Amino acid sequence: MLRELAPQVLGALTRRFRDFSAAEDAVQEALLAAAIQWPRDGLPENPRAWLIQVGARRMTDQIRQEGARRRRESEVAQQADTVGPAFEIGSDSYPDDTLVLLFMCCHPALTVASATALTLRAAGGLTTAEIARAFLVPEATMAQRISRAKQAIRASGVPFQMPPRKEWATRLTAVMHVLYLIFNEGYVATTGSQLQRLDLTSEAIRLTRILHRLAPEESEVAGLLALMLLTDARRAARTGAAQELIPLSRQDRSVWDAAEIAEGIALLSAALPKGSIGPYQLQAAISAVHSEAARAEDTDWPQILALYELLKRMSDNPVVMLNHAIAVAMVRGPAAGLQLLDELDRDERLAGHHRLPAVRAHLLEMAGDTARAATCYHIAAGGTSSQPEQVYLLTQAARLSKPDLDNSPGVSRDKGRS
Amino acid sequence: MKYILLMTGTKAGVDIYRTWSDKDIQAHFAFLTRLNRELTESGEFVATAPLAPPEQAKVVRAGRNGTPVTDGVFPESKEFLLGYWIVDVESPERAYAIAAKLSGGPRPGGTALSMPIEVRQMLTPHSAELP
Repeated sequence: MLRELAPQVLGALTRRFRDFSAAEDAVQEALLAAAIQWPRDGLPENPRAWLIQVGARRMTDQIRQEGARRRRESEVAQQADTVGPAFEIGSDSYPDDTLVLLFMCCHPALTVASATALTLRAAGGLTTAEIARAFLVPEATMAQRISRAKQAIRASGVPFQMPPRKEWATRLTAVMHVLYLIFNEGYVATTGSQLQRLDLTSEAIRLTRILHRLAPEESEVAGLLALMLLTDARRAARTGAAQELIPLSRQDRSVWDAAEIAEGIALLSAALPKGSIGPYQLQAAISAVHSEAARAEDTDWPQILALYELLKRMSDNPVVMLNHAIAVAMVRGPAAGLQLLDELDRDERLAGHHRLPAVRAHLLEMAGDTARAATCYHIAAGGTSSQPEQVYLLTQAARLSKPDLDNSPGVSRDKGRS
Repeated sequence: MKYILLMTGTKAGVDIYRTWSDKDIQAHFAFLTRLNRELTESGEFVATAPLAPPEQAKVVRAGRNGTPVTDGVFPESKEFLLGYWIVDVESPERAYAIAAKLSGGPRPGGTALSMPIEVRQMLTPHSAELP
């Protein structure tokens, strides 16, 4: 609940004191105080008002302590009188402060790394230490990223209010992108050591849920939430006992999270008829088609291909082209898919990208050309920057290079493939 | 994306360094301390460690029953790892720029040492879903 309240409290304090950076520090202290006092003294009657009050007191103290205290105090007093409606304790007159905050944290003046960190701290209510641990960097480094982000916001002079209506679409796209990156950052194999990490996928889903609640008419937000849920539903099936990656086609579908799939599909079914279809809805739709197949061989590839055709028209993303080529191969045969890959060889954005040889290897294997497939798996393994993918690609190459040898202990083979 | 910047040198290079005056050594360490601070302030610093000198290096292999078998000091010609930096940056170009800075630490007289810095991307635990 604390984290749910954090952005509302931050919004109220920023609105009143007009100092985002100081308000942000005050909110962290109020949250800390609540984390200590509430379990001991019980929940206050109005937790939100309690937090605003503690935060406001903290800010007032801060202002008093500062050098030019007289001048600043009177400025704040003036501002509180002249600028916008003053906040009222317990008032819910600004239910969309969280939205303003998200828009502010994902301001175009910030680098992606800064926007991500600031979103988690300001809108997510996480501490700097938690965010640092999640990104596996020292706390001092993360503190600097957040402080630089706050400086950039201060320097850009963005007021704490919704941007003009004409800017909404681009800002919303930026917010969705940051939330999507947070989700991906958390999308790792679950190992013992990572249990210490904050679950960034859950945090991204939580924030996207809030965004969806605040902007229910935005069907791309619904699409993003659906995509996250449908992807997260397969989390347990994605890795095997030795943390090896298991591709979609070989996952144990009985361990997919049925509730998350149902929610994702429901969100999508409500969003799609609204008509403004974007890349997130399409990706979610593709994920949903996979989810609806009880067995990999039941997958409705023609429908997936149709969705990739649409997605291709909408975004010029080379990774989409690669996935499209796979869908083509599944519907029209590997030769048709390989032909598309040959065309992609000329795409400079894919030069050196490991996904191109990885997909080629997959399609060559489908076509029965195991020797060339093994070579391509090796090339792909040399180019990836992901450890689980590297292990997966090397395993595939090894499987194709030594088809009759299965005696080496510790080498993961295709088990239970039927 | 995280990169590790590996600073390597030979035993001969280390021996030359040992002939530096304390002023020169201090100037070099002041440079490194400043660089570390800059990296923290830019939000890119992850870790660094200086390593004990090559005389203490051992190569260890598993012997019978897994007992360690150690090999002694390296020959003069061998390249040693002297230290490393891990940075979290937005692009490979930025990692190269930091490596160049690191390589430019001062030698006696203030000119750049131009030590070779090997730049390697660290593999992430993330992966896209495989079809």
